[in-house]
Amino acid sequence: MTEEEHIEDVGLPVLGKKAPDFEVLTTHGTLKLSDFEGTWLVLFSHPADFTPVCTTEFIAFSKIYDELKKRNTEFLGLSVDSVSSHIAWMRNIEKKMRVKIQFPIIADLNKEVAKKYGMVHPAQSKTQTVRCVFVIDPEGKIRAMIYYPLTTGRNMKEILRLIDALQITDKHKVATPTNWKPGDPVVVPPPATAEQAEERLKEGYKCKDWYLCLKKL
Amino acid sequence: MPCVSPDGKPTSSGMAVLKALKDGASTPKGVSSVANKALFRVRSGLRELEKAGLVKEIDGNYKLSEQGKRLISSAG
Repeated sequence: MTEEEHIEDVGLPVLGKKAPDFEVLTTHGTLKLSDFEGTWLVLFSHPADFTPVCTTEFIAFSKIYDELKKRNTEFLGLSVDSVSSHIAWMRNIEKKMRVKIQFPIIADLNKEVAKKYGMVHPAQSKTQTVRCVFVIDPEGKIRAMIYYPLTTGRNMKEILRLIDALQITDKHKVATPTNWKPGDPVVVPPPATAEQAEERLKEGYKCKDWYLCLKKL
Repeated sequence: MPCVSPDGKPTSSGMAVLKALKDGASTPKGVSSVANKALFRVRSGLRELEKAGLVKEIDGNYKLSEQGKRLISSAG
């Protein structure tokens, strides 16, 4: 079996299911997925250290790290480079770009985590991980996934917006409409019965119709 | 950050975790609060310190081992 066939055999994580477990070597020592229990986690992969788009992303990831921590959320990066390479790259970013990378980065040299999370897409690269983002909730469940190609850097505002939306959804049992941002009205879950549909129209929500009602939090 | 260096000695992060235990913290959350370190780092650090023989874990609670107590005392 070729490596490409083998990688294609590995299933992708599933939204709402437990995130695949791991125990890995990182720039902050050995970490287990369970070490993050009780906090939200953004697990993300990048293609390689010392590459231009990844460097712009790491600077941007670093700049939103404080905002992320305010949301009880941690970052955990990953590529198939070694810990020594990660350290050298982080030191280079600090020296040349004056940005300190404070979150851990997994050295996934044998692609153990990359395979579990479907991070290698052979049509993009047979050796590098693509730009994935997995949002894992405090109970260890996969709540959102984003996959970007090697050529496109990710949008940090969207990552923060996604975390905000998931946390608002959990806290208030609502959904968020297109382009929602914190402070905007949220979607009231659709009614399950004809009676609820009728009552909904009297509950003071801003309704376009019985199935589309918005409210301010 | 790793809490134990390759030579088996605790790093500054490791010493902060040991001091938090000496000051009465016994759970990872308690240590995280006292040492002002992220919970995931504390969990990982306690594992390393336990492997190094500096910490003992009983039913999810942690305390300094005799070796850990000696090390903290000598560090002042």
